[in-house]
Amino acid sequence: MNDLTTDLAVELSGVSKKYRYFTLEEIHLKLPRGQIMGLIGANGAGKSTTIRVLMGLVHQDSGEVRVLGHSMPAEQVAAKWDIGFASEDMRLYDSMTLDWHMRFMRSIFPNWDPAYAQLLLKRFGLRAEQQIKGISHGQRVKAALLLVLARKPQLLVLDEPTTGLDPVARHEVLRELTGVMAEEGRSILFSSHNTQDVEQISDQITFIDRGRIIDSMDKETYLDRWRRLRLEVPLGIELPPLPGIVGVQRQGRLAVATSNAFAPDLAHAYEDTGVRVQSIESMTLEEIFVANVEHSREEVEA
Amino acid sequence: MNRTKQVDKDRAVPVYTVYIQMYGTFTLSQSDKRPMYFQIMEQIKQRIMIGDWAEGQPIPSIRQLAVDLQVSVITVKRAYYELEREGVIITQHGKGSHVASTSGLGDRLREQELEQHLEQAARIAAQLRMPPKRLVERLREAGDRVAEKDKELI
Repeated sequence: MNDLTTDLAVELSGVSKKYRYFTLEEIHLKLPRGQIMGLIGANGAGKSTTIRVLMGLVHQDSGEVRVLGHSMPAEQVAAKWDIGFASEDMRLYDSMTLDWHMRFMRSIFPNWDPAYAQLLLKRFGLRAEQQIKGISHGQRVKAALLLVLARKPQLLVLDEPTTGLDPVARHEVLRELTGVMAEEGRSILFSSHNTQDVEQISDQITFIDRGRIIDSMDKETYLDRWRRLRLEVPLGIELPPLPGIVGVQRQGRLAVATSNAFAPDLAHAYEDTGVRVQSIESMTLEEIFVANVEHSREEVEA
Repeated sequence: MNRTKQVDKDRAVPVYTVYIQMYGTFTLSQSDKRPMYFQIMEQIKQRIMIGDWAEGQPIPSIRQLAVDLQVSVITVKRAYYELEREGVIITQHGKGSHVASTSGLGDRLREQELEQHLEQAARIAAQLRMPPKRLVERLREAGDRVAEKDKELI
């Protein structure tokens, strides 16, 4: 089996794609098997384009794409047996029932798990006999997810799987996604601008902004590098510029410095100049997201 | 409808405790400022301190706990790694993890917790320029208050 020769579920190297008003630039990313990667970025950052390229739906101008060991887009037919893809604009047949869709998938995919499909129907609160046109947006999203999840693919590629869902439905979906990880070797790549979802369930985080990858690494290392330092700056002392500080806000004697390369030395360096470090706080992915996008845009414009 | 009528104002409100599974009561809070891996560490230590997880007892595998808590595997892995470094749990490759068989582990964890609170108190006292002697007095007063409250409860 070709796809067992690599321990990467997804590998993009130097992938570029030029459109008239948007360019995906030199995308490099690696998703090891058995892990969940959250693709995060603002609207229009390039998340969906990246996903389309790796699914072979859009052909890259340059660079290499390998999915489950298959080269894309050339080997997309072979690759897709083991990939479950769902996106917001995925079309279901309006006049058909969910049950019809389930039987259709079952007739195509040998790995279809009828018992799991029934369980998902119950957990998602869906009715098989209902026509697609009569159901809500949230139910439609869950129906589409059911259809890919019950195929038990080795790789799930999900474009915005939780967007537009109410809190209960979101929770149900996140539960199924983390549940997939009970089986070793299965992988998920999903995009979202909901940082909470990404922070909760991702092993790997990839940040995209304006068609470029800002960061791509494992979540724990990533969160660990970012810190907010609350500083007390005595009168007459200037805050020294220190490496690893990406932003400083100052008001009177208090200052808040944000670091993307934190190490205890940084706090000592401040204290050596007479600045008192009041506290060192970890940051949520949401806070990092905003700080990171602002910082990298400043860098690009500088 | 009938049920609401039966509620008697004077009767004590019943408290239900639901035991879902061995680790069903783990709760991760998104409004808690501490990282998720740290919250998991704290809750494991708490179980050991109160004796729910005995010394030497096997604990869930990393993957299993991640699925149950609905968090990423890497977060639980980090929590287990840090707990192992602190000597609280032991992970054997291919055999899973268990609570360290150190006798008095629960007490040692409580001791550590006390140590952290004392250091924090000392730090704040220094900021207030409170002499150490006064801090000791304050601690004694706090002890008296706690004893008083405990008596009221009995």
